[in-house]
Amino acid sequence: MAQQTLEERTKALPRWLRDLVADWSSDQQTFKVNWGKAMMWIFIVSDIFVFGSFLSAYAAARLSATLPWPDPAKVFALHIGESEVPLLLIAIMTFVLISSSGTMAIAVKYGYERNRAKAALFLTLTALLGLAFLGMQAFEWTKLISEGFRPWANPLGAPQFGSSFFMITGFHGLHVTAGVIYLALIASQVLRGAYEKIGYQRVEIAGLYWHFVDLVWVFIFAFFYLF
Amino acid sequence: MSEKTHREHGGFWSRYIFSQDHKVIAVQYTITALLIGLFGLVLSWLLRLQLGFPGSFQFVNPGSYYQMLTQHGMIMIVYLLTAILLGGFGNYLIPLMIGARDMAFPFLNMLSYWVYLLSVIVLMAAFLVPGGPTGAGWTLYPPLSALPNAAPGSGWGIKLMLVSLVIFIAAATMGGLNYVTTVLQCRTKGMTLMRMPLSVWGIFIASVMALFAFPALFVGGVMLLFDNLLGTSFFIPAVTLLGQQLPREGGNPLLFQHLFWYFGHPEVYIVILPAMGIASDLISTHSRKPIFGYNAMVIAMAAIAFIGFIVWAHHMFVSGMNPYFGFFFAVSTLIIAIPSAVKVYNWLLTLWRGNIRLNVPMLFGIGWISTFIIGGLTGLPLGNVIADVPLHDTYFVVGHFHLVMGVAALMAIFGGIYHWFPKVTGRMFHETLGKLHFWVTFVGAYAIFFPMFLMGILGVPRRYFDFNVLQYLPPQTSALNIAITVAALTVGAAQLIFLGNLIWSALKGKRAEANPWGATTLEWQTPTTPPPHDNWGAEIPTVYRWAYDYSVPGAERDFIPQNVPQASLDVHLRQPAAGEGVRSRREPGANLGGDKI
Repeated sequence: MAQQTLEERTKALPRWLRDLVADWSSDQQTFKVNWGKAMMWIFIVSDIFVFGSFLSAYAAARLSATLPWPDPAKVFALHIGESEVPLLLIAIMTFVLISSSGTMAIAVKYGYERNRAKAALFLTLTALLGLAFLGMQAFEWTKLISEGFRPWANPLGAPQFGSSFFMITGFHGLHVTAGVIYLALIASQVLRGAYEKIGYQRVEIAGLYWHFVDLVWVFIFAFFYLF
Repeated sequence: MSEKTHREHGGFWSRYIFSQDHKVIAVQYTITALLIGLFGLVLSWLLRLQLGFPGSFQFVNPGSYYQMLTQHGMIMIVYLLTAILLGGFGNYLIPLMIGARDMAFPFLNMLSYWVYLLSVIVLMAAFLVPGGPTGAGWTLYPPLSALPNAAPGSGWGIKLMLVSLVIFIAAATMGGLNYVTTVLQCRTKGMTLMRMPLSVWGIFIASVMALFAFPALFVGGVMLLFDNLLGTSFFIPAVTLLGQQLPREGGNPLLFQHLFWYFGHPEVYIVILPAMGIASDLISTHSRKPIFGYNAMVIAMAAIAFIGFIVWAHHMFVSGMNPYFGFFFAVSTLIIAIPSAVKVYNWLLTLWRGNIRLNVPMLFGIGWISTFIIGGLTGLPLGNVIADVPLHDTYFVVGHFHLVMGVAALMAIFGGIYHWFPKVTGRMFHETLGKLHFWVTFVGAYAIFFPMFLMGILGVPRRYFDFNVLQYLPPQTSALNIAITVAALTVGAAQLIFLGNLIWSALKGKRAEANPWGATTLEWQTPTTPPPHDNWGAEIPTVYRWAYDYSVPGAERDFIPQNVPQASLDVHLRQPAAGEGVRSRREPGANLGGDKI
């Protein structure tokens, strides 16, 4: 019996499915990307489970808290002159972080164009926007602490509010901090010309991580500040 | 980025201590895990001494009993089984079996071992701090594990336990990323996923599960650590202790159980899937037959992994939940029996009419089937809500999970260690001592855990320090307890034979041939034994066939290694008779005469 080739056997399938079958039944490499990029994607999926567990745990803690949950619109409001603007600081923080995803994408583009100066510039800009985000988060933490919020206490009701808030934003802040250091290292490597020979994939890999950290913030923003 | 060339041999430190060679890291993982496992074993002897002869041993008091119980469980499941199967077998087998020179990220791999070692050191440090290690039970349920002075070791002990777990998760994540990336991206030419040996499949799927399951334990561990360190109340509800209302309230202890078991049940399969893969390779190699239903084996493992993520609350039937949830989790739990049964039948059909060689690895392979069947079948009543409620907090559960997760997994681990020992050390182990180890362990394990099913049905509660206070128990239970203790000490002594055999054989054993078992997989085709630093010397092997070409009709020998091309075989192949398949894969029952065809 003549063996049919894989192409013949999957001819009738839609193209994306055919490609999927071809990838998973190939030898040597399943995904046609370099190892670092594959690993970063796998890490991101795993990290999604970490943040997913944190956010589900937060939901469960909020549902079963016995004392009233404070209104985030009030807690996170800024007083400007006479008026109270809800979520002003958070809106700026979110804007800054999402903008940094844009500068990151530009850095990746310049990296692949081998424009070292501009790639390093936009990487640095991304890291600085990350630092700005961290600075605003430090300000927000200071403000809440001065108002009496603690991981173990909350003057407006359920102590689980403070616990979840400091834990989850703190954990995300650690990710941003790690990302800022990571980006600074990549930027200095780009400037040194370390990627001239091996290619600029590592800029893109760092970008994957950075976009992921930004995306997670959108979920934290939605579940913690908007609800 | 592919084909990294290794630095040639450095000094002693970079070759054997801070080595980035996956084979050295595998041995480091294995030795560390076996040593900490030996410690866990000694703890179990002390527990059994108390249960068999209550009151005779002054150093076991209720507090220290709970501490040893907790540490025994945690050490065996996390620091022995998970570490040895993924860190030990995973590290050694993945690159060699898929034809890679090393893991994708050797430095990360080395880091993974050292971080694992750190977690073990932190774990052991708990025995030296004031108050000793935590005695909150290996599942660390709050509020017992979260309140000060609730359980022994609730000061330093519980904090060190949680810190150690978080460190372990970091190590497991580094390792897991490496294993998954290596299997997906670093295979040699011709090695498709469906040509991989089942050991690699088991380790690969288990690593994927580890990357998705450990995050829940991480989150639960961090929250519990905050409850202990910072005074948060994630898991502490309003508690009245000795007539006093505690100041903390509003937490949800069930939340921890969900987080823990969302990790905890996949963890069972993180241990069992690599064991399944290793057992498959043992059984196929030593019965000189292709594994029966290779595709079904792979699909069954994937199905077990997937369903394994949606059954966790069957550990919580008695914690209280909506009856519809209980129904869902009971059904999903029982569905897992289907892929498990597929695997068991396939092992039996692999053995059927095989040219079975009853050497030590094969004995352990058969022991695996036996203990997995008995342990697995006793899981069915526990998966049912109605049967679980009376059985849950009894010795029935102890017997069940020790047989299926402890003994069965250890059968595969022991078999695997004996099987690959000649490749790792270049020497053969002592066969008679190995057989003695097997028979004492196999018979002894049943002597320990089978009576526990009876005790469970009698209503003997688990985790009790002393049964004399329970008037309803028939006096025979104490006789059973003595018998179990004697068996446990005997089995424990047999493990010392095993360790002695390993050490003696590694130093003084008979020199091993390159491929003493006549196995087909790539690790047996290395240019030298033990394999050189870069595994393959000048040229990486190319794979032409699946991993189970045993007793191929017409072939010169009863196995064809994966890297033998068809063309070089055709010279030796006799003309197949009419109606006779050339490849035994299509004809599992055909022509299993043995070596001399």
